[in-house]
Amino acid sequence: MRFRTLKQLTEVCASEGLTIAEVMLADQSQESGKPPEYVFEKMRAYYQIMKEAVAKGLTEDTTSRSGLTGKDAQRVASYMTTTEASLGEEACKAMAYALAVSEVNASMGRIIATPTAGSCGIIPGVFISSQQRFGWDDDHMVKGLLSAGAIGYVIANNSFVSGAEGGCQAEVGSAIGMAAGALVELRGGTPEQAMHAVGLALKNTLGLICDPVGGLVEIPCIVRNGFGAVNAMAAADMALAGVRSVIPSDEVVQVMYEVGTAMPEKHRETAKGGLAQTPTGQQIMKELNLGKKQR
Amino acid sequence: MRFKDVFSIIGPSMIGPSSSHTAGAVRLGRVARQLLGEQPKKVEITLYGSFADTYRGHGTDLALIGGLLDYETDDPRIPVAAEEAEALGVEIAFLTSKDKADHPNTVRFILSSDTRELSMTGASIGGGNVEIVNVNQFDVKFTAVYPTLVISHHDRPGMIADITALLGRSEINIGFMDLDLKGRDREAMTVIETDVSIPDSLIQELKNLSMIYEIKKVDLAERGE
Repeated sequence: MRFRTLKQLTEVCASEGLTIAEVMLADQSQESGKPPEYVFEKMRAYYQIMKEAVAKGLTEDTTSRSGLTGKDAQRVASYMTTTEASLGEEACKAMAYALAVSEVNASMGRIIATPTAGSCGIIPGVFISSQQRFGWDDDHMVKGLLSAGAIGYVIANNSFVSGAEGGCQAEVGSAIGMAAGALVELRGGTPEQAMHAVGLALKNTLGLICDPVGGLVEIPCIVRNGFGAVNAMAAADMALAGVRSVIPSDEVVQVMYEVGTAMPEKHRETAKGGLAQTPTGQQIMKELNLGKKQR
Repeated sequence: MRFKDVFSIIGPSMIGPSSSHTAGAVRLGRVARQLLGEQPKKVEITLYGSFADTYRGHGTDLALIGGLLDYETDDPRIPVAAEEAEALGVEIAFLTSKDKADHPNTVRFILSSDTRELSMTGASIGGGNVEIVNVNQFDVKFTAVYPTLVISHHDRPGMIADITALLGRSEINIGFMDLDLKGRDREAMTVIETDVSIPDSLIQELKNLSMIYEIKKVDLAERGE
């Protein structure tokens, strides 16, 4: 890849007159030795799986194996039809779709990790609701996935994308940054605006711990995906309006690394702290373990 | 770079619920399976760190078993992999260890079939990506993102040159290499990650080099043995 940092990515875009998606497509093709068409079609297949996951989460039973979660996407979707959502229809729809995919994941259904399964709802939530809203074709969306991938590639190689290493900021936080930057480009913003969206978004999730109840990708992961979709749209709007990330986005990525490295182990996916160790969290874990012994 | 391409960020396509604890676990199991070269009969799996703490809730056990059965990350049989393994007569034991591993999601496999044995240690480093850190007591590192050759050989002068010359003649580019020696016995392991898939004919040619004991190909993009 010709870029290691977000700054380098915008420089390549500027010097070659390309979008982030075009740079990613060219570099991925070069790196893998596969033609650009192959890369594009593989990404298109992934987008179809994202659409299927949204549809499944909105219509089928998504009760997880633990029985702790399920059907929240359907609750939000039906609420939207009877009540005017505080968020407005479009952001509420993105939230419902993000919950849907996340619930499919928790019930051992098929999803695309973006960048991880714990954060798999955010990009589909933002992308599929925006596609319906703006009437974009699938080609346009596939380009958006490539932009999101380029942003994630930089974050992953300079910081982390796993909750076990860097907390939830690394998973949900990264996904929000990726979705925000990609949405800016999908809407015709410049690579530079996209980079500002990434920095703005990441600042809002710095320090977010990974504290899943019972160690399951359910509580609070699923609702954080719903919130994440909304945050990504907010960051994209700020950037498109001309708001800048005064601390450069690459430096924000470094802060994520610093904070993640300093995060105690109990807040990095071990279920030994945070929401997992609240009285109710402990009670749930106890009941899950009892259930296991009876089986 | 730990993450090498766009599909390690967008992807994999996978059965939930966790990319590091489920999809990464499937991949680790598949690498072990491919290094053994056939379906194992007996398996001992030791889990460390976060793997040890939360493996049941994430279906890590089912995912590791699925990988050992050569499933891909989005195989719908993953939720029932334990039953499938039992039906195939694969004996599997899970242990957890409190020892500190370099990475929080680490697993160690000891596999055996009628004719072969293998030990492998690897970690799931996030987003479904993995890193192997030890094979049969050799400290070699690789990610299995690209086709990889794992070559056991005697540590004789010129061995690496012979191997790379053969690859070069077939116009196969090496993306990454690692090597470890066991001092006294002069036993060595060389790991070579290539840009493209490696034809079996070339592996046969490599096997004909003097003092090569064994070559295993790891290719998670390829189905079957």
